[in-house]
Amino acid sequence: MGLSGFEVEIQRENTGLETEEMTLNMGPQHPSTHGVLRFVIKADGEVMRSTVADVGYLHRSIEKISEKVGFHGFMPYTDRVDYVAAMFCNQGWGMVCEKIAGIEVPKRGEYCRIIAAELNRLSSHLLSVGTMVLDIGAITPFFHAFREREKINDLLEELCGARLTYNYMRIGGVAWDLPPGFVDRVTEFLNYFEPCIDEFHDLVTGNVIWINRLANVAAVPPAQAINYNLVGPNLRASGVKYDVRRDEPYSVYPELEFEVPIGSGQVGTIGDCFDRYIVRMEELKESIRILRQCFLQIPEGPVIAKVPRKFKPPAGDGYVRVESARGDMGWYCVTDGSEFPYRVHVRTGSFSAMSIIDAISPGLMLADLVAVIASLDIVAPEVDR
Amino acid sequence: MQSFLDSLIANGWFAGVPVDVVYAGGMLVFGLIVLLGFILNVAGVTTFIERRVWARMQSRVGPNRVGPQGILQWLADGVKLVMKEDVIPTHADQRLFRAAPYLVIMGFVASFVVVPFADRLVIAEMNIGLLYITTVTSLVAVGILMAGWASNNKWSLIGGIRAAAQIVSYEIPAGLALMPIVLMTGSMNMQDIIRQQSWAPWDWFIFANPFAFVAFFMFFTAALAEGNRTPFDLPEAESELVSGFVTEYSGVRYLVFFMVEWGNLYVIGAILTTCFLGGWNIPPVTDNAVLQTVLQFVTFFVKSYFWAIVAMWIRATLPRVRVDQLMAICWKYLVPVAFLNMFLAAIWVALFPYGNRAMSVLMTLGGAFILVTFFRRVAFHLRRSRTREHGQFSLNPIV
Repeated sequence: MGLSGFEVEIQRENTGLETEEMTLNMGPQHPSTHGVLRFVIKADGEVMRSTVADVGYLHRSIEKISEKVGFHGFMPYTDRVDYVAAMFCNQGWGMVCEKIAGIEVPKRGEYCRIIAAELNRLSSHLLSVGTMVLDIGAITPFFHAFREREKINDLLEELCGARLTYNYMRIGGVAWDLPPGFVDRVTEFLNYFEPCIDEFHDLVTGNVIWINRLANVAAVPPAQAINYNLVGPNLRASGVKYDVRRDEPYSVYPELEFEVPIGSGQVGTIGDCFDRYIVRMEELKESIRILRQCFLQIPEGPVIAKVPRKFKPPAGDGYVRVESARGDMGWYCVTDGSEFPYRVHVRTGSFSAMSIIDAISPGLMLADLVAVIASLDIVAPEVDR
Repeated sequence: MQSFLDSLIANGWFAGVPVDVVYAGGMLVFGLIVLLGFILNVAGVTTFIERRVWARMQSRVGPNRVGPQGILQWLADGVKLVMKEDVIPTHADQRLFRAAPYLVIMGFVASFVVVPFADRLVIAEMNIGLLYITTVTSLVAVGILMAGWASNNKWSLIGGIRAAAQIVSYEIPAGLALMPIVLMTGSMNMQDIIRQQSWAPWDWFIFANPFAFVAFFMFFTAALAEGNRTPFDLPEAESELVSGFVTEYSGVRYLVFFMVEWGNLYVIGAILTTCFLGGWNIPPVTDNAVLQTVLQFVTFFVKSYFWAIVAMWIRATLPRVRVDQLMAICWKYLVPVAFLNMFLAAIWVALFPYGNRAMSVLMTLGGAFILVTFFRRVAFHLRRSRTREHGQFSLNPIV
């Protein structure tokens, strides 16, 4: 429907009418940047010519902090790397320490980790699609998504006492076993939640305005997605079937069966905003499937390995990758044999997603930029750490 | 109104005063009563009702602290906004910035001059009522453009430009959609249009012929766009433009903009009710003039307000269209269809100058069928979600 922004631009060039470009500052305080992000937009009316992402407003030196607080002490800080999906950061930090020190996590501990992480993936994806709908302008679906997310938060609170920054995992396992009756309550929730996904589809996915706003907008072809280092759902939306859980399996994922949904361009081009949305919706179902399998397979036993309180891993380095809600999250740690890490680095999906915005946004309209940011699921703290 | 003043003059009131002055004075007084007693309250209560309606749809509670069930929330909000500091940015265009809200509210309040409340209750019975109402509402566009420009804020500017483009564009289909009614009645007087209908649905103009039926929905769509309502609320798209043209406004001026937005809902409903839904017509139940007027007022108000609630419902449901799509909807679909519709309606009127009873009865039945199907579907979804909500995960919206 209508000329796309790019066509408008071409039309304007052909008619030879010169207009002045306007520099717009989107952020650091703007309702749809999901935190303190800043974009410097050169816009010709509503059509963007360039969008330069300016990162660093939420930098908290989390990596540097690790060098002063030690291995165990750093665990609560990892929550803050991505506070929407804190479990994965916990897990990444735990795994990299275990890799360097050669600790094996008990089976039940691994399952507890996966249960917590997949619940967190559900809540993170709900936040992602909820705020995406809100950014496109519909109000109600946002509340529906957050209503279910509240219930997940309640369950996670029961599990680890916190609703957002969980600090649930430890080096060598998890802090506490599942509370009594937890499995039943989560199963009950999943039975309730599965039809809710269909309801959300009813409410949003088929809507003509919704499809028109997202289809063919900011399509990222597979090659470009790989070149710009998109990860996770954003990469899979472009049709690249890559999931760390499946392709470089860690923890107990090899024992679990799940599909890796990819974007197919069902209403537009492969890798457009709609595909990024629909991949997240599909992943909700896969997470539910993983959770149900975990409950069937979880063994009895200890949840945490014996790790000395004064944890001194040998000198060396290690790199682990976790499939976070926002995709491949890399944790790199160098140790020098002391009680403190020598250097820690976190590689996150949102940071690389920021870099592609400048490449795909010229010719789009201002309203599309909001859709692009939301569909790339950029979470500000994860960008800057 | 005029007849009431005539009777006063005949009874010896205002002796020695020119008749025109009496008329003007009477209109001013009545206008003030309408402004203070009706417009302000309706706009205020609408904000409260909208928030509660949304809350029900979004499984939240909504404002429920001020007064019983939060009914006085709008007063609290109003008082808060009035007491707030009226900030004017240093680099704003001071005069335009101050004047913009007044233009907006002028355009809005002026439309009430011809909006009828009952048979005898109308500020002025103008013979160009429909034309007048589509004209004065354009003042809103000027005010919004001024607000956007004067704020000296780029987001405001974009909002203002969007608003101007949108309101000017959508006035065309909105005006054209009312033309079939003018053709059918041969009058632009709002009271005349109502008098040619009756209380019964088969005498309403919406069911008079298929073209009026189409025009009804076209006008509703175009009016939503003119009033900056979702899915056409681009001028203040909060996720894109922060707050659009009201970004820099605060205090009373902000209040004025929002009063207009919510009050406008009632105006849209009033025009729909006047032109398509039989207006204030009631069955002949009483001879008492006062009681009749009250009943007519209530009938008209309920019919009009129903469409305000539908607009809230739409706002809670739909996402926002993009600005190029908005223009495409207007110029590629609404305007051509409106022209065609007007043309066909003219042919219809030429064929059946006094209407076609068989067609109106048929269309009334069709309309009833559509309504019943629609509400059965709604009830089905309500049932489905309620059964699932039971148990541990239920959430009561009324607290």
